[in-house]
Amino acid sequence: MYDSIIIGAGVIGANIARELARYDLKIAVLEKMSDVCEATSKGNSGIVHSGYDAKPGTLKAKYNLTGNQMMPELCRKLNIPFRQNGSLTIVFNQEKMAELEKLIERGIENGVSGLMILDRETTMKLEPNLNDAVVGSLYAPTAGIVDPFQLTIGPAEIAVQNGVKFFLSTEVTGLYKTKQGFLVKTNNGNFEALTVINAAGVFADDINNWISERKRLIRPRKGEYCLFDKEVGNLVEHTIFQLPSGVSKGVLVTPTAEGNLLIGPNSLPDNDKFDILTSAEGIQYVLDTAKKSVRNLPTNQIITGFAGLRASEKDGDFVLGEPEDVPGFFNALGIESPGLTAAPAIAVDLATWVAEYLRAQLKAEYIEKRVEYHRFADLSTQEKQELFKSDHDYGKVICRCELVTLAEIKNAIRRPLGATTLDGIKRRTRAGSGRCQGGFCSPRILEILSEELRKDIREIVKSSEKSTYLVGFDKDML
Amino acid sequence: MEYRDLVIIGAGPAGLAAAISAYEQGIRDILILERENFLGGILNQCVHNGFGLHTFHEELTGPEYASRYIDKLSDLKIEYMLETMVIDISEMRNVIAINEKRGVMEIQAGAIILAMGCRERPRGALNIPGSRPSGIYSAGTAQKFVNLDGYLPGREIVILGSGDIGLIMARRLTLEGVNVKMVLEILPYSSGLKRNIVQCLDDYDIPLKLSHTVTKIHGSERIEGVTVSQVDEDLMPIPGTETYVSCDALLLSVGLIPENELSRKANVTINPKTQGPIVNERLETSRPGIFACGNVLHVHDLVDYVSEEAALAGKNAADFIKNVSSEGLEVEIFAGDGVRYTVPNKVNPINVEKYLPVRFRVTKVFSQATVLVEFDNLPVHKKKKTIMTPGEMEQVFLPKSWFTERPFLRKITVRIEGDENA
Ligand SMILES: Cc1cc2nc3c(=O)[nH]c(=O)nc-3n(C[C@H](O)[C@H](O)[C@H](O)COP(=O)(O)OP(=O)(O)OC[C@H]3O[C@@H](n4cnc5c(N)ncnc54)[C@H](O)[C@@H]3O)c2cc1C
Ligand SMILES: Cc1cc2nc3c(=O)[nH]c(=O)nc-3n(C[C@H](O)[C@H](O)[C@H](O)COP(=O)(O)OP(=O)(O)OC[C@H]3O[C@@H](n4cnc5c(N)ncnc54)[C@H](O)[C@@H]3O)c2cc1C
Repeated sequence: MYDSIIIGAGVIGANIARELARYDLKIAVLEKMSDVCEATSKGNSGIVHSGYDAKPGTLKAKYNLTGNQMMPELCRKLNIPFRQNGSLTIVFNQEKMAELEKLIERGIENGVSGLMILDRETTMKLEPNLNDAVVGSLYAPTAGIVDPFQLTIGPAEIAVQNGVKFFLSTEVTGLYKTKQGFLVKTNNGNFEALTVINAAGVFADDINNWISERKRLIRPRKGEYCLFDKEVGNLVEHTIFQLPSGVSKGVLVTPTAEGNLLIGPNSLPDNDKFDILTSAEGIQYVLDTAKKSVRNLPTNQIITGFAGLRASEKDGDFVLGEPEDVPGFFNALGIESPGLTAAPAIAVDLATWVAEYLRAQLKAEYIEKRVEYHRFADLSTQEKQELFKSDHDYGKVICRCELVTLAEIKNAIRRPLGATTLDGIKRRTRAGSGRCQGGFCSPRILEILSEELRKDIREIVKSSEKSTYLVGFDKDML
Repeated sequence: MEYRDLVIIGAGPAGLAAAISAYEQGIRDILILERENFLGGILNQCVHNGFGLHTFHEELTGPEYASRYIDKLSDLKIEYMLETMVIDISEMRNVIAINEKRGVMEIQAGAIILAMGCRERPRGALNIPGSRPSGIYSAGTAQKFVNLDGYLPGREIVILGSGDIGLIMARRLTLEGVNVKMVLEILPYSSGLKRNIVQCLDDYDIPLKLSHTVTKIHGSERIEGVTVSQVDEDLMPIPGTETYVSCDALLLSVGLIPENELSRKANVTINPKTQGPIVNERLETSRPGIFACGNVLHVHDLVDYVSEEAALAGKNAADFIKNVSSEGLEVEIFAGDGVRYTVPNKVNPINVEKYLPVRFRVTKVFSQATVLVEFDNLPVHKKKKTIMTPGEMEQVFLPKSWFTERPFLRKITVRIEGDENA
């Protein structure tokens, strides 16, 4: 019997697990994919929104602001790539400048600080590559960019370090009320718990509806992206938005926390929950719209495209906490944008509510720090040499594009909740995420994974169970 | 830090030929840095024949062609380091490399030859819509799997792009028992050599579909198939021509890009057309003393021309290194901010042999500070240091070539810039 079961190990589930682990509780996280951060939390813009955009009074507005305020400290503590680069929302004709005023008012109501209207000259000075048609912008200095993978993996590791059990490749297939609490059915056996936290992303409505009469409906909206080589990661310094349309924040142009250039997303309503395919039309739309914001978009530097699903709930806001009819069952549902930003703040409140429900005490000992890891590429020559002296595996470069060494790959496998797949390595170390997209390093990483995990190399997968990489050895088909 | 007359980055056919040529011009202090654990570069995975017709008048395999140069290299005892990756170079020819034995190495070079080759364009550059399953490889990666590692990338394969590597892999995989279903080419003609189309496709009844491309990728985990469409003159897919082809792997042979990330770090100007450095008739880049040759300069079809070009780069680099200035002005070396003294304080550039070591001490403890060397108040060398203390002697090497580049030099300054920390 667990005190608490969290369904879903996206950024929301992982952050809740970290917060809840502060209490003296027996906790499990159930995740249907083979790793954490395999759904929406891996397919988004990675923006820490300032919070002027959300409708005042909504949960989105509230948690956006607190999440934004928590982010710098959290990222420093957990060694998560983050940069407060500020955002510019640009407009292309004078009449629209009035709308920026409205956004400022809304921002002030939401508690966002430092918002400023900039004229054309100042805007262009800040961002010389913007399109000439720009007439002015709204500057939000508290906006930032974060590595969404690390914002999920980091807290998940802390949870593990503090005793939380993660069950991966474990899909919840049924949820029932029992005398004491809940029975959670999965493909990996049954679990029992006093409380259940529903952080299942676009599938959270199904889980809620299994057990509550307060029905929920998530209609995913897809967003597609193009990611560019680091070579052009400095095309813009700030995150560039166009005026929001009401349903979404529109196509942005931004550097990522890791130094690439990212453009997207579009917004395709009523999408299938399983469909994250990119489309020719979608990518074209994203390119065309981004070209309105910046001049000379270097389309020959695109290295990959991807898509993600926004978990839009029909009422339009986050749904947090217990439905009236099911005490002990806590939702974190409808967490679309700004969900990434809000995750640390949502996690604190949910953990508090669950702990109060269970009358739990804080643990005497709580580990705050992640097991050490280094980004070799980011160090100075002297620091590199120091690290090399401690472990010669730092002298062996595996991923050339991102300069990732053998020591870092081994560390990613051996850490708490270590990587078991090519994608797992990629999200933890960036190996394979550079300009050649794993062309060079994938074979080496397969070998390292196979050796470290003592598995046949043919069984090592990209991400999910069937995404095998090699099908066999030479001539074994003859 | 150590000093070398000539540092060559990459030991493919370009790097090898450049080294041999520089040696023949009298340069002895040569170091080749290669990140793989073998010499010969991409040739090692090209086990087919068709190399060296021009140079040796016989048809060699890739490894055979390479071994002609490798043998020569060992006869001449030219030094090389394997599994050593160059991670940074500066405009002033400071090279940072790394390997498992020695860790991070810093080498000041009199001249540098860039010979890093090229890499294949990844899928992203194509923007093929659909899912992102496993089972999509560049043809060169597949070639490496099959020829060097002994792995099979798939059992039923479609190849997109009819470049030579794609054609050669079609045959190679067929010989391994793989069902190569078709080769698709978006253009109305193949970019590969005619002889490869005949010997690699026609002889094995593999269809080459010109004016066709992949318009969608299917399969959520492992690739399950592709939609193939015919394209019009503008290369746009023609609606109604879509057919579904099942496959468990898709190989991309859609072009090569010169590998110039390092060149950019040294502020070498890149030609947007070739994506390689802009060079003069001596194959010297926009940075004096930095030369380029082979596929890093522009993509070559035939290795013979790579070797030829590289020999020229080797010779010119040798000339650059040997160039002796006849002017005889004495130049003063100043200890600037943060530097207590330097040894020596004066130098006559004519008497500098390979390089001038300037040793110095700092005035107090510095952390995260930068050592700056200026020639006539213009920075020629910048080096960030985590920590420097007065108790430890520091040094910089000023290559002979820095002096020959500036015949009217009057003053050298060494100083420290940045945050200090008591
Ligand atoms: C296009 C796009 C752009 C965005 N940009 C931003 C942005 O810039 N800034 C920002 O703040 N936010 C942004 N967001 C929002 C943010 O990405 C999400 O709010 C956040 O990732 C949601 O996290 P999650 O943990 O709720 O969902 P997910 O990451 O989807 O995690 C849910 C997890 O539950 C698992 N699961 C589901 N069903 C089951 C089951 N039955 N059993 C077991 N496990 C299950 C899934 O496998 C998944 O791992 C964006 C979203 C999209 C789609
Ligand atoms: C897959 C493929 C198949 C080919 N098939 C044929 C053919 O059939 N016939 C023919 O005539 N030509 C063929 N070619 C062309 C010919 O092989 C090339 O033109 C030739 O190999 C280029 O030589 P290079 O020395 O410039 O580059 P490469 O052979 O690529 O050598 C570059 C070397 O530099 C090293 N390097 C790169 N960066 C660094 C760094 N930072 N630090 C240290 N080392 C580094 C690399 O590891 C590599 O060994 C083929 C090319 C390719 C890519």
